[in-house]
Amino acid sequence: MAWFKRTDKGIKTSTEEKKDTPDGLWFKTPQGNIIHTRELKNNSYVCPDDDFHVKIGSKEYFEILFDGNKFKELDTEMKSGDPLNFVDTKPYKGRIAATIQKTELNDAVRTAVGKMNDLDLVVACMDFNFIGGSMGSVVGEKIARAIDYSLKNKIPFLMISKSGGARMMEAGFSLMQMAKTSAKLALLEKAAIPYISLLTDPTTGGVTASYAMLGDFNIAEPEALIGFAGPRVIRETIGKDLPKGFQSSEFVLEHGFLDFIIDRRQLKNRLTTLLNLLRN
Amino acid sequence: MLLEFEKPIADLESKLQEMKDLAKGRNINLTPDIQSLEDKIQTLKKETFQNLTRWQRVQLSRHADRPYSLDYIYEITNDFIELHGDRTVKDDKAMIGGLGDIDGRTVMFIGQQKGRNTKQRQERNFGMANPEGYRKALRLMKIAEKFGKPIVTLIDTPGAFPGLEAEERGQGEAIARNLKEMFMLKVPVICIIIGEGASGGALGIAIGDKVYMLENTWYSVISPESCSSILWRSWDYKEQAAEALKLTAPDMKNNGLIDGIIAEPLGGAHKDMQTMAKTIKATIIEALKELDKIKHEKRIDQRIEKFCAMGVVEE
Repeated sequence: MAWFKRTDKGIKTSTEEKKDTPDGLWFKTPQGNIIHTRELKNNSYVCPDDDFHVKIGSKEYFEILFDGNKFKELDTEMKSGDPLNFVDTKPYKGRIAATIQKTELNDAVRTAVGKMNDLDLVVACMDFNFIGGSMGSVVGEKIARAIDYSLKNKIPFLMISKSGGARMMEAGFSLMQMAKTSAKLALLEKAAIPYISLLTDPTTGGVTASYAMLGDFNIAEPEALIGFAGPRVIRETIGKDLPKGFQSSEFVLEHGFLDFIIDRRQLKNRLTTLLNLLRN
Repeated sequence: MLLEFEKPIADLESKLQEMKDLAKGRNINLTPDIQSLEDKIQTLKKETFQNLTRWQRVQLSRHADRPYSLDYIYEITNDFIELHGDRTVKDDKAMIGGLGDIDGRTVMFIGQQKGRNTKQRQERNFGMANPEGYRKALRLMKIAEKFGKPIVTLIDTPGAFPGLEAEERGQGEAIARNLKEMFMLKVPVICIIIGEGASGGALGIAIGDKVYMLENTWYSVISPESCSSILWRSWDYKEQAAEALKLTAPDMKNNGLIDGIIAEPLGGAHKDMQTMAKTIKATIIEALKELDKIKHEKRIDQRIEKFCAMGVVEE
């Protein structure tokens, strides 16, 4: 005898029409701890049981950092062009349009100015949901203009990186965004305006090899993947398995490329203390 | 070693040689035939090299006989003193540099170096520098700045080395620092892609007042093979990837991402290294003449403005 009996005959719901379970009232961490999403939100998206830092985007970081979630967003309308008419398995233009619709973001970075514990701060925050947080012309240009804003108004700059690296579909243009952002940071350095670079999971490729590593203070969230080459490429190059913890925040701190690792729940207050120490 | 599209030309060239030997050995007059074959070869060469696909240019940029950084440096300079080490970890042999003179004027040369045979290739790590290579390059740039010598960088790399120690020693930080520091150098900086210009590993020594590419080179954010593997999920689309990436010198010039193209001898740089070196030398002299006229503050501003104007966005 069958275990289940189908009572309704002829159910032919196509995959697209199938309903997802309502988007998470509960969140399960990799260690298996389960937490209510409201509680997660109140806890800076960190699981209180195992300190797991959930991957979040600009919306959540702005909410965590800016007083009363009040800020002025810069260059909200900027979108990618398609300078190379790039087509791989899909045209780049279509990919961009679909991603904008899906994520309700215009590209992989949002920039804003606001108050953090009453201190002025310019923040550029990457969104990994947008084509893997890849850096194309929009990412480069928005960061460049955010730094210009910092320069003009003498306001410290915080960069929150979360990216797989350069955006291949903009090829040479994408590469030059590394140069552009580094040029602006050179000007910021000359003007002695503080630049804090927060590296989150993951920060790799051209982003690591430009603005993410150029902070006066390089800090990272716990257990983030941080590196230049991706682990798969390195494994294939050296033909060996990689040691445990390789390219984690803790590994990068140990090797001298980070100032400290910061629990997201303390982020706002530690940044405030740091900026105050510089001011006083 | 011949590339596929070089073979028909090489076949005709060996025929021509046979004919010449025959004429000489038997003392027969084959001049009209030789002349006509020579014309035929010339026409075929022109046809082949004027219609290269992007992938074929990538192949040329990696040609086994292609001149490398030190080949050019020794050809261009009268005196050259190679300098070694980053003063922190070790001497990276994939990144070379030193002081040399161009018609009596001292220049700091820096460049990635590939190897010619298996042993050399290993020693030079296939032109893939480690962090200490980028730090050595920066050390030499600072020496150049201190003594007021212009900098010429020669770029030829399949990428910065993706290794375990490279990550431990901060490959990303080393490249990033070079980008930032090179913008502020008070001396003129001229960058020339002489072979492969792969991504951050190339850019790490390619921030300059003038950035040139030799005619048969490539410069982009990723190699066509890796691009194929990531976007097409297969290694078989390298030709399409090369087309899509628009990575050749004419493409990069059209897109305003480089300042100029340096013409190669017909058949590629490896066919006539002396002529190639002469053209490179003339380009450097010409560029320096122009850059010398500008005050260093303004040169730095212009360098920054140039790179900051790169990118296409809609708003």
